[in-house]
Amino acid sequence: MENQKSDILIAGVGGQGTILTGRIIASLAISEGLDVKTAETHGMAQRGGSVITHVRIGEKVYSPLIPQGDGDFLLSFEKLEALRWLPFLSPQGTVIVNTQELDPLPVLTGETEYSGGILEEIESKVGRLIAVDALSIDPVTKNARMVNTFLLGILATTMEFEKEKWLKVMEQEIKAKLVDINKQAFEAGWQFANK
Amino acid sequence: MEVKRVIMTGNEAIALGAYEAGVSVGCAYPGTPSTEILENLSRYEGVNCNWSANEKTALEEGIGASMEGARVLVAMKHVGVNVAADPLLTLSYTGVGGGLVLISADDPGMHSSQNEQDNRHYARFAKIPLLEPSDSEEARDYVGAALDLSEKFDTPVMLRSTTRISHSRSTLIPGKRQEHEVTGFTKNPAKYVMLPGFARLRHPIVEDRLVALEEEAEKSPLNRIEPGSKKMGVLCSGVAYNYAREALPDATFLKLGFSHPLPKKLVRKFASMVDEIIVVEELDPFFEEQLLAMHLDVPVRGKELFGLLGELGAEIIREKVLGQKIEPIEVREDIPGRPPVMCPGCSHRGVFHTLKKLKLNVMGDIGCYTLGALPPLTSIDSCVCMGASIGMALGMARANPQSAEKTVAVIGDSTFLHSGITPLLDAVYNEAPITVMILDNSTTAMTGHQEHPGTGSTLQGEPSSAVNLEGLCASLGVKRVQAVDAFDLKELRSTIKSELEAKETSVVIVRRPCVFLLTEFDAPFWVDEDLCTACEACIKLGCPALSMKGEAAKINSTICTACGLCEQLCRFDAIRPAAEKEGVK
Ligand SMILES: Cc1ncc(C[n+]2csc(CCOP(=O)(O)OP(=O)(O)O)c2C)c(N)n1
Repeated sequence: MENQKSDILIAGVGGQGTILTGRIIASLAISEGLDVKTAETHGMAQRGGSVITHVRIGEKVYSPLIPQGDGDFLLSFEKLEALRWLPFLSPQGTVIVNTQELDPLPVLTGETEYSGGILEEIESKVGRLIAVDALSIDPVTKNARMVNTFLLGILATTMEFEKEKWLKVMEQEIKAKLVDINKQAFEAGWQFANK
Repeated sequence: MEVKRVIMTGNEAIALGAYEAGVSVGCAYPGTPSTEILENLSRYEGVNCNWSANEKTALEEGIGASMEGARVLVAMKHVGVNVAADPLLTLSYTGVGGGLVLISADDPGMHSSQNEQDNRHYARFAKIPLLEPSDSEEARDYVGAALDLSEKFDTPVMLRSTTRISHSRSTLIPGKRQEHEVTGFTKNPAKYVMLPGFARLRHPIVEDRLVALEEEAEKSPLNRIEPGSKKMGVLCSGVAYNYAREALPDATFLKLGFSHPLPKKLVRKFASMVDEIIVVEELDPFFEEQLLAMHLDVPVRGKELFGLLGELGAEIIREKVLGQKIEPIEVREDIPGRPPVMCPGCSHRGVFHTLKKLKLNVMGDIGCYTLGALPPLTSIDSCVCMGASIGMALGMARANPQSAEKTVAVIGDSTFLHSGITPLLDAVYNEAPITVMILDNSTTAMTGHQEHPGTGSTLQGEPSSAVNLEGLCASLGVKRVQAVDAFDLKELRSTIKSELEAKETSVVIVRRPCVFLLTEFDAPFWVDEDLCTACEACIKLGCPALSMKGEAAKINSTICTACGLCEQLCRFDAIRPAAEKEGVK
């Protein structure tokens, strides 16, 4: 692994599967003999609130929290959340974002507006931006809950683990009846990134 | 045999540690970030686990199990220890039978809590040993170490986790269970019956025990010096160790895993190895003050660098100690917040909409319904601790009898059974005309939908007796008890109004299961845009399925659960049930 560490932030809205995604990455990394720590949002923030999972991989990991400005990757399942958590990413880092907009309550009630120009702002401030409307791509079109494994498929192409290993870990970590569609979503992400 | 590292959360690791150490009784009341400890422990063979009504009863059950000779784990969030403090402080005097470990899961930064009290003080207050793991592996190991200490020194032991331990994952190699025999109770009044005469004899034992424990801490492998540069010594415990290790790789460390009583000789030895000691600890200067009282030969700094608030992190330590300030990417400041919200179909929404309309003073309590304090519902005026709503409404009525006409206490079902019954008893006993609303959604929703004595189901999902709330309130002496449907806004409003007028204690039970417990819903409602006048009456419900974009309200059909509240509020018949639209099942 390049400079022996990989700090991955996974952002989203409560219920979008940030914890599961972190668990898949973490399990794969330990099965490859690396050290891993994660930190997750449980509890109150899961009621539709903003959530973040930190995943840190390296030869030896101390803190489970990625320090501000240190993240290598920011995987965001929603557009506004990518902007919110950007300060945790290093300016050379990569953002992989689903361009879907999920309006937070203050936007729904008309108290404030959903921010404009988010992708432009992110692009101007990070090393690399991969923005994709995941909901327009099969099989996410059929099941919006596959956004997480689709984006994971994109992230996976930038990491050094083989695709088969990812798929195997997904079999272990995901409920049996959802494994197939998740694998398809991952595969779709993988293909998307390699296009 | 292949040894395989696995990755687990701190809470999973604590449960595993208890299982491996032969714990056969697990006691808890849910509370973030501790909840998953008992949930995980209950999945192991041979461990009797159940939810208790509150933390005090949980600890008392634990004490009984320990007296019977079992090894016991009792788990709660930091504020739960306040509830359990009464038995805890005298348990310190009686000591234990089988080993007893009390897990206190603290929440620096208040991710899901009403305060960020530092429960290390409880270990000092109760004069019991304190262990502080730094990751999952230590969390597992320290549970066994705590139980050994508990039995060796005849004392309960506190193991303190924090959110970043409980809800972080790191690796460990699982071990095997060591069975622990439940030996049975041996009568010993001088030890277990804390009459003053006996307690006076136990107190010196507690003080001597503390001295012996300090000696134990001096040689404990849980406390270690990690040599490094002489220039800087770092003293720390818990997750702060990992933050500091990352930020200050060259320093000499004193890592305290067995952190109370403080091993003073070890601290002095450490002080002699370094030019300066930096105490890296979250929240209160627990170690720092003890170090300052030792008058060491080297300077000690801590809180002047880090302050007293919230969580630490490697970047904060780098900045405060090394002056290395990072310049993180700056983003615009006006990013709309994304606060947690009541779910679409939440049974609490209509209640708070009604209370707001009636312009009442609302003594609130703790649970999902506390979200009723946030806009647009904005209708909770207090939240102190679990159970406080009823006592506070009573206190208001005592200070000003007229206040009862415009005040309600609002409390969830789990919270009512946790600590709402006794203040209701105060109210009826003293004939106070207060109005109490019990929001019965048949679960402990906030902490992740645990069963409780009112749900008719145990922790393991087995059927059990369910308390009848109407009968319970009636048996306390409340004469005006009635139940209303949480989705019937008209009835809610009229019931609340009539109960406020009543000159005696009344209870309104507002009922509907939490939407999380349901799997099937009627098809979503829709908006007839020709009829919608954009008056926004429905938007004031703060339902995530409703929005106002453009000329008409919109219903997000993928998340609408057809609770029908918005339909009841629409004066223009613009919100329609699905049955009227073709092609919707
Ligand atoms: C002493 C204490 N123990 C535990 C908690 C954690 N906690 C917060 S709210 C709550 C219960 C919520 O259940 P309920 O009253 O039924 O309301 P709901 O969330 O279902 O609406 C718990 C256990 C706490 N805040 N204080």
